[in-house]
Amino acid sequence: MQPLLSQACWDTLYMVGWSTVIAVVGGLPLGILLVLTDRGGLLQNVAANKVIGQIVNVARSLPFIILMVALMNFTRTITGTTIGREAAIVPLAIGAIPFFARLVETAVREVDGGLVEAVQSMGGNTWTIVRKVLVPESLPSLISSTTTTIVALIGYSAMAGTVGAGGLGDIAIRYGYQRFETQLMWITVAILAVVISLIQFAGDYAARSVHRRGGRSGPAPRLRLLKAA
Amino acid sequence: MITTSGLTKVYRSRGREVTALDGVDLHVREGEVYGVIGQSGAGKSSLIRCVNLLEKPTAGTVTVDGQDLTALAGRGPRAGRELRQARSRIGMVFQHFNLLSSRTVQDNVELPLEILGKSGKERSVKALELLDLVGLADKAKAYPAQLSGGQKQRVGIARALAGDPKVLLSDEATSALDPETTRSILQLLRDLNQQLGLTVLLITHEMDVVKSVCDSAALMQNGRIVESGTVTELLAAPGSELASALFPVSGEAGGEDRTVVDVTFHGEAATQPVISQLSRTYNIDISILGAAIDTVGGLQVGRMRIELPGRYEDNVVPIGFLREQGLQIDVLGQEPVLLKEGAK
Repeated sequence: MQPLLSQACWDTLYMVGWSTVIAVVGGLPLGILLVLTDRGGLLQNVAANKVIGQIVNVARSLPFIILMVALMNFTRTITGTTIGREAAIVPLAIGAIPFFARLVETAVREVDGGLVEAVQSMGGNTWTIVRKVLVPESLPSLISSTTTTIVALIGYSAMAGTVGAGGLGDIAIRYGYQRFETQLMWITVAILAVVISLIQFAGDYAARSVHRRGGRSGPAPRLRLLKAA
Repeated sequence: MITTSGLTKVYRSRGREVTALDGVDLHVREGEVYGVIGQSGAGKSSLIRCVNLLEKPTAGTVTVDGQDLTALAGRGPRAGRELRQARSRIGMVFQHFNLLSSRTVQDNVELPLEILGKSGKERSVKALELLDLVGLADKAKAYPAQLSGGQKQRVGIARALAGDPKVLLSDEATSALDPETTRSILQLLRDLNQQLGLTVLLITHEMDVVKSVCDSAALMQNGRIVESGTVTELLAAPGSELASALFPVSGEAGGEDRTVVDVTFHGEAATQPVISQLSRTYNIDISILGAAIDTVGGLQVGRMRIELPGRYEDNVVPIGFLREQGLQIDVLGQEPVLLKEGAK
């Protein structure tokens, strides 16, 4: 039982870890672009904004299990297979990019426009503003958004069992549901609860410590965490 | 140093047009502190933002230090390289300081130098030097959230000076501060103006700001400049709204058959005992309704509101006497036009 669970744990973390990395790499620029191209933004381009926004909305509203099936051909071109952990990472990451992008958009929008104006008055260009203002100033929120994304990805990864990717969700379904091994199911639930709590705790801690560096008191914004739950 | 001509800014949103600036001609001389005063919505903010092209004017030109910035702006919404370089030579301070909360005080001051591509060593030397100049050398490693409002504005000023600008734009820099802090920040601006020969254009809605630091001032209403000039000129201009706002005296006439006269003294005239001379020469009783002496733009100025018995027609001779003494006389209830002719 133990090797089974530890393997499942490892599979979940592997899938979630890689897809988080890809989601952040892809979602961060996308979210910033959503803010910049919006009306009144630094790179105002209403048409582009509408197109990106629409893609993000559609991708977000697709149920993950459908996305996974729909992306099979794409997954095969990238990983060479549609089965296993690597194959699950592709739809997980693609599902998480728009999710994370929306969170980034909200976080970046909260940066005070006066700061942007100040850097413009110093002669800074858009890239400077992104690097020196938008990202560092919204960092606590961005960290919280990443935490939210990780937790959501753990949820999605339970469905990855359907493509033979393993993971804790897969154990709960195959052993807990199909074989009525209630004990094993409850163990997976407990492990998931612990893993999620640890991630949430670590994320909150990181967000708060970045926030506190700025000397502001009070907890890091948790609003977005609640929304995702 | 800063010249705007025919500067017009029209905001369009959802088919509605709002004219924020309506043909503003402004001329700020090198090395002076120029204050633009007006109520909210008068167009001050648009004006100062048009000077460094943070707002793109709809029409008109802006020239700073001989460089036509409107020509650099190009057609697109984004600022090109040349305009950004020109901006880096114009410092700007803001009402809400606009410091990056994620950076230390020193790193905030270094930011413009990073944009200019200076090396790390150069940046920290310059930043510490500037923090010393604004009296915050000991706060270099603090974060903005740990500072008071006045300290934040000092950091804002240090940051604005990092690119060695010749011009400093101040957007209501003291409006979020208490009166005492306001004074110290204004004193700092004045010192910088004198020590570094910095030209300062400031906008404000507080008359006290103009009174304590400005060499010249302009009054803005509904997107137009309705009065402008050096503070001395303004105080000498009969019927000037700015002058009476800068230096108010109050007091009501005692009755119908009285003439109320505002007497403004500056320079030599302030030392002459004119009122007692007037009383003795014409044998009239003069009541003083209100009086004040103050320093406006570094000049000692006195203003007195006096009441003479009899109507204006009866007092033409004594008023003429006062004018002969080199005093500026405003008779209440008389058209400024008449006064202007009388003054000549």
